Amino acid sequence: MSQVTIVPTLSRRTEWGRLFWVCVGFVAAVAITALTVQWIAPHDWSAQSLVDSGQGPSSSHWLGTDALGRDIFSRLLAGTRTGLIGPLVIAIGAGVLGTALGLWTGYAGGRVDGLVMRSIDLVYAVPPLLVAIVLVGLFGGGYWLAVVVLIFLSAPGDVRVVRAAVMAQRELPYVAAARTVGVSPFSIASKHVLPNVTPTVTANVLLQFVVGLIALSGLAFLGLGVEPGSPDWGLMIAENRTVLDLNVWAVAGPAICITLLALAVTVIGDRMFEVLTDRTAAR
Amino acid sequence: MAAAAGRRWVTIARFAVRRLAAMVAILAIVSFLVFSLLALTPGDPAVLLLGPQKATPEAVARIRAEFGLDDPFLVQYRDWVVAALHGDFGRSIRSGQQVTDMISERVGVTVWLAGYAFVLTVLIAIPFGLVAGMRKGRLADRLATASSLVALSAPTFAVGFLLMYVFAVQLDWFPAFGSGDGFLDTLWHMTLPAVTLAISQIAIVLRQTRAAAMDVADRDYITFARARAVPSRRIWQRYVLHNASLPVLTSAGLVLAYSLTGAVLVENVFALQGLGALLVVSVAQLDLPVVQALTMFTALLVLTTNLVVDLLYFAFDPRLRRAAVAA
Repeated sequence: MSQVTIVPTLSRRTEWGRLFWVCVGFVAAVAITALTVQWIAPHDWSAQSLVDSGQGPSSSHWLGTDALGRDIFSRLLAGTRTGLIGPLVIAIGAGVLGTALGLWTGYAGGRVDGLVMRSIDLVYAVPPLLVAIVLVGLFGGGYWLAVVVLIFLSAPGDVRVVRAAVMAQRELPYVAAARTVGVSPFSIASKHVLPNVTPTVTANVLLQFVVGLIALSGLAFLGLGVEPGSPDWGLMIAENRTVLDLNVWAVAGPAICITLLALAVTVIGDRMFEVLTDRTAAR
Repeated sequence: MAAAAGRRWVTIARFAVRRLAAMVAILAIVSFLVFSLLALTPGDPAVLLLGPQKATPEAVARIRAEFGLDDPFLVQYRDWVVAALHGDFGRSIRSGQQVTDMISERVGVTVWLAGYAFVLTVLIAIPFGLVAGMRKGRLADRLATASSLVALSAPTFAVGFLLMYVFAVQLDWFPAFGSGDGFLDTLWHMTLPAVTLAISQIAIVLRQTRAAAMDVADRDYITFARARAVPSRRIWQRYVLHNASLPVLTSAGLVLAYSLTGAVLVENVFALQGLGALLVVSVAQLDLPVVQALTMFTALLVLTTNLVVDLLYFAFDPRLRRAAVAA
């Protein structure tokens, strides 16, 4: 885990570590489940059966059933879809927006920089999740509304981090050299500075995935995310709180799914940041 | 000496005033954005207030005139700000109750929850963070790092249900719902909610404290202090904690300022009637006066905490005090 890549010129192979591959495998399994869930789910995840409601684990229902008699295991598998897509869109959307703005303000500096940074301070005057609750709630809720709101609330974080990384690069000789030979500021920023801040950008996109996953699940839990009845981990916890004493897996299952996915992506992000930083440093 | 100390206080006071002015400016902009929500929200507040049956055109017109809803937007904003500065955020469009009364009824539960959680956070995160940072890579550090990673990955409400299942449903040590009466009973009722909120906060403060302690751990003055046989208690307090205090202070301020966000989820899990629960209900009912007041309240809380943290920097770091005079 804590091995350091020794002299990359001698060995180009990176020692990623076992934990990293376990996490990659887990995320891949979640992605494959999301794509194939209609064929691999043992039960129809929305089929209700009031006779079987709130049962504990059995051979036909591996993790038991919820208050409406729906199969928990199948719903957990189906929950991979909203568990992956929304956070992915948030991470990429906020990443593109935040990196572009961070690159611009960090490289250009001056008045643009001041204006953007002051407006970001403003955004942080109210906690982002609270803003999301208010905005999504007032405009009637919904999964994609929540995703769009969270993109705009996450982007300021990316701007700050990318801007700081770009400002550190701006003072390095290669930027001055490029400027001397007349490369345009846009080219310097996009072709020369951007590749050198990739470790920061990558780590940040993965971090935003985790933040987005937890925020979306919180909104779904409060009834502000996915449509009622959809198989979603956050919503499942809210729906099954009444059967907590009958079938704890109806609540613990989705909770474990969210936590494991968030944990796996965090570990991947941390490790990629270390490895990519070593590589950029070695260049 | 006395003159230098006097000058020092003047510069710090000047810094505080400048920061206070910036804070007022930010609050003014936030208030404008918050008030604009009214214009953006779908639905006519007059119709919401009357309910679909009684919303005849005449009644709607009367209500709109009474609440000044037909005035130009900026006039409405001015009236709202003037009233808010006098501590009047209007009445709820659902219950007709004064918004300030609704907030003062509920604020006690949330202050209890946030305060209790903050005490737990400080008592656990700072010592464990210091130990983890000073003993980097050892068992204590790996345990602290791994558990804070898990705590950061688990949603707050999921942790709440887990604790409720184990300690309220299975072991029956703590109540699952309600906020209790009297100090000890409230303490007992609030333990599970406060631990839930604290778990997410401990992870944040612990990681910051660990990073700050790691920065201090290899410094020569620690080695020299050990070589001079300075008592280890004194090393931890005067050398490590003191030098690591700024990042610790910043993250502690952050979690305190953001605890209303956590309270929204925790109060929902444990059916507590605090400000977080009030916000969720008001958002669902489109009760804008309440939402506006709560948002302004949060912004004020966050900005005040930031200001206090910035001023505490001077108390903790003598270098900053000297820099303040030099500048």
